[in-house]
Amino acid sequence: MVANMNKKWELFFTFFKIGLFTFGGGYAMIPLIHHELVEKKQWINDDEMVNMIAIAESTPGVIAVNSATFVGYKIAKFWGGLLATIGVVLPSFIIISLIALFFENFLAIPLVAAAFKGIRAGVVVLILNACLKLYKKSPKTALAYLLMALALGLSLFVDFQYLSFLLIVFGMVVGITSQMIKRKKEIK
Amino acid sequence: MIYVELFFVFFLIGLFTIGGGYAMIPLIEDQVVSRGWLTYEKMLNFFAIAESTPGPFAVNTATLVGFEQGGWLGAFVATLGVILPSFIIILIIAKFIQNFMKYEKFQWALQGVKPIVVGMIAAVVVNLVFKNIFGGLFAFSYFDYIALSIMVIIVVLRWRFKKLNPIYLIIISGLLGMLAYTFFPI
Repeated sequence: MVANMNKKWELFFTFFKIGLFTFGGGYAMIPLIHHELVEKKQWINDDEMVNMIAIAESTPGVIAVNSATFVGYKIAKFWGGLLATIGVVLPSFIIISLIALFFENFLAIPLVAAAFKGIRAGVVVLILNACLKLYKKSPKTALAYLLMALALGLSLFVDFQYLSFLLIVFGMVVGITSQMIKRKKEIK
Repeated sequence: MIYVELFFVFFLIGLFTIGGGYAMIPLIEDQVVSRGWLTYEKMLNFFAIAESTPGPFAVNTATLVGFEQGGWLGAFVATLGVILPSFIIILIIAKFIQNFMKYEKFQWALQGVKPIVVGMIAAVVVNLVFKNIFGGLFAFSYFDYIALSIMVIIVVLRWRFKKLNPIYLIIISGLLGMLAYTFFPI
């Protein structure tokens, strides 16, 4: 019981550390999780780690939280999952709240405003970069290109608050039905 | 009630973000910009902060928007909203599903979602390029050649030095902006 209690808090502090030292989100966290949990603490093995990444990537939500919840649960059930999740989120929450407190005043300085005008242009390139990364992981079939074109066109020209949600659900339905049709053909 | 709305909106965003933090940008644009919680300028400022501070991008963005709309409590409910879907879904999978990856329907659905997300983010990029350079999509209210130049420089740097941390790209574009917009106001 005592050992278990310690494990929960160890999970919390480990994931706090991971949250504090990763820049760039969920994917950047994976090497750190591997170092802390597979190599140092040996709480999970390589296979479990690979399984964790696959699940974190293929389920909705924040990848960092998915990973923390999954590993935490595997090691110390519900409370493990909860404490790992709180741990990974807490550094961001504290740092960002402090920044948000001062950011508007900071932007009122003309030089800073000029810098952020430049930064906004730079960030667009980072978003483009993320788009290309996702493109690399996406299937390259005719159907996939059709879906890309559809999502691009509709997003540009249709102004509807729930468009993205509808498109994602549509993508799921198309993904499942196209595979089912393919299976049926293969059986014939 | 702003807190309930913040929670609900970010819960929805968390639930539909598939493929990592940047995949939530189209959802943010749909839900948060359209509610008037963010302008496009602010959205990009926030992304720059989210990218250059530690922690998950989605959590950083939720905390920023939440804090601006409703202070500490707003930040708390928005962050809670964005992480709760992940937490619940993963808990269910970890508890009840022994071998998740053998459920191929999830994989099939994902194969359909991936191209959709690519298309949606591509639309965000097109939109933002026009907004930054011309002031709007297909509206030519001005021509910001500095923004265009910075984008070109950052594109070249990004593809020339693939290992370079994005934070440096943000710092470089900030320095370029600081110099250029101060000496050549548009």
